[in-house]
Amino acid sequence: MRNVLTIAGRELKSYFVSPIAYVVLTGFLLLGGWFFFNLLARFNSILTYYSMQQNPQVLQRLNLNEFVIAPLLHNLSVVLVILVPVITMRSLAEEKKAGTYELLLTSPLRVSEIVLGKFLGSFVFVAIMVALTGVYPLILFAYGEPETGVVLGGYLGLLLMATSFVAIGLLASSFTENQIIAAVSGIVALLLLYIVNWPADNAGETIGALLRYLAITEHFAQMVKGVIDSKDLVYFATVIVLALFLTHRSVESVRWR
Amino acid sequence: MLEVRNLTKRYGDIVAVRDVSFSAAQGQILGFLGPNGAGKTTTMRILTGFQPATSGTAKVAGFDVFTESAEVRRRIGYLPETPPLYADMATEPYLRFVARIKGMPKAAIEDAIERVVKLCGLTTVRDRLLGHLSKGFRQRVGLAQALIHDPPVLVLDEPTIGLDPRQIIEIRSLIRELAGQRTVILSTHILPEVSQICQKVVIINEGRVVLEEDMAALTRSGSLEEVFLRAIAKETVEESGVSSEEQG
Repeated sequence: MRNVLTIAGRELKSYFVSPIAYVVLTGFLLLGGWFFFNLLARFNSILTYYSMQQNPQVLQRLNLNEFVIAPLLHNLSVVLVILVPVITMRSLAEEKKAGTYELLLTSPLRVSEIVLGKFLGSFVFVAIMVALTGVYPLILFAYGEPETGVVLGGYLGLLLMATSFVAIGLLASSFTENQIIAAVSGIVALLLLYIVNWPADNAGETIGALLRYLAITEHFAQMVKGVIDSKDLVYFATVIVLALFLTHRSVESVRWR
Repeated sequence: MLEVRNLTKRYGDIVAVRDVSFSAAQGQILGFLGPNGAGKTTTMRILTGFQPATSGTAKVAGFDVFTESAEVRRRIGYLPETPPLYADMATEPYLRFVARIKGMPKAAIEDAIERVVKLCGLTTVRDRLLGHLSKGFRQRVGLAQALIHDPPVLVLDEPTIGLDPRQIIEIRSLIRELAGQRTVILSTHILPEVSQICQKVVIINEGRVVLEEDMAALTRSGSLEEVFLRAIAKETVEESGVSSEEQG
């Protein structure tokens, strides 16, 4: 465990001494703010419209969770598809390029300690990113009454999704010593995972169900609605564990060649 | 201290190292010579546990490199051809990081850093980023990194490559100082370096050991340069003999 923390600590620090961390954090918060502002403005105009129409039935159904927070979380998740692989791209690829991979692998470390340390370091960074966007829902709590449970469920979903992305990004980084290749293959893999359910409606029943199950968005959408089902938690856990397991094999594979 | 027996390493069809055997006693500095691409780096990577061999065995400090890899890695200090430095870290935090992943007890780490900083002459660059250091200093930090956990065996892959003459002399005398109780394997293709600091020489060519001899015995039969050229030339002649044998 000490070794895992040592590696994670170095990883996390290395984010903050390079400009990447600040660029990514700023970009993410800037986009988040832009989404938030526009969603709120739209919500406001819808609210005004239906108040003028004096349509109490519709007005009752308008709420902050569904009209502001849910789309905000969905938009943020799309941005994470692109940004998380950019964060994780250097993780192992850079070590290979700089030759420090040899240092790690000739130290009395287990491969699992290296992989978990790398994962933990990136996870903490991404968790900070996600947590900082919490400021937007907090603003809503100050001026309105969103449902706390739904907001927390949605954020748990966003965090789990981001964590899965970190694990997959790390896997992509383990295959190559080229950071660009790591980032691009990571983004492509995540996008596919994101939209793999698109043909689900036209595919057969079984395949359709399978595609829907595979798509990370389906599980995320449930959590954004505030539905926390063990089925979805199991899905995220499976993705994370599987990606870490494959990363482990990939790092270990230097010993097979 | 170090025993290599019949080590072979294949990458697909290419044989990088074939049937390599040699040994080094405690306190010996072993010069590991050979032309570029002879298999020096591959052999060193096998010894340090970075890669396994296809066949054969190697023992470091009494532990098998393959079955007791972690024990071996604890007892070996390794300076790869490119010093394994994180450009974004300063010298001291870097050494602290290496000490930790080498499994040193917490209480011993600060003293160890002091020791290697002094030993490798890094006092002036303690707080400098490794990415900003000159080549000579990078090499010295690489050496400090290999020494931090006070390993009984040191594996140095071309430690003086790319240094200016003054730096070469410094690193050389440092290596001589380091030896003492330690076994050092030093790969290089600078022959005078070997005759100056090594007690034993192993010459490898095209993946095979063509000579293993004590320095004292060697210099009696001519200069190291002559011996080296002869060993490599002989190998090329034998090479054709071996390949026809294999075909037959």
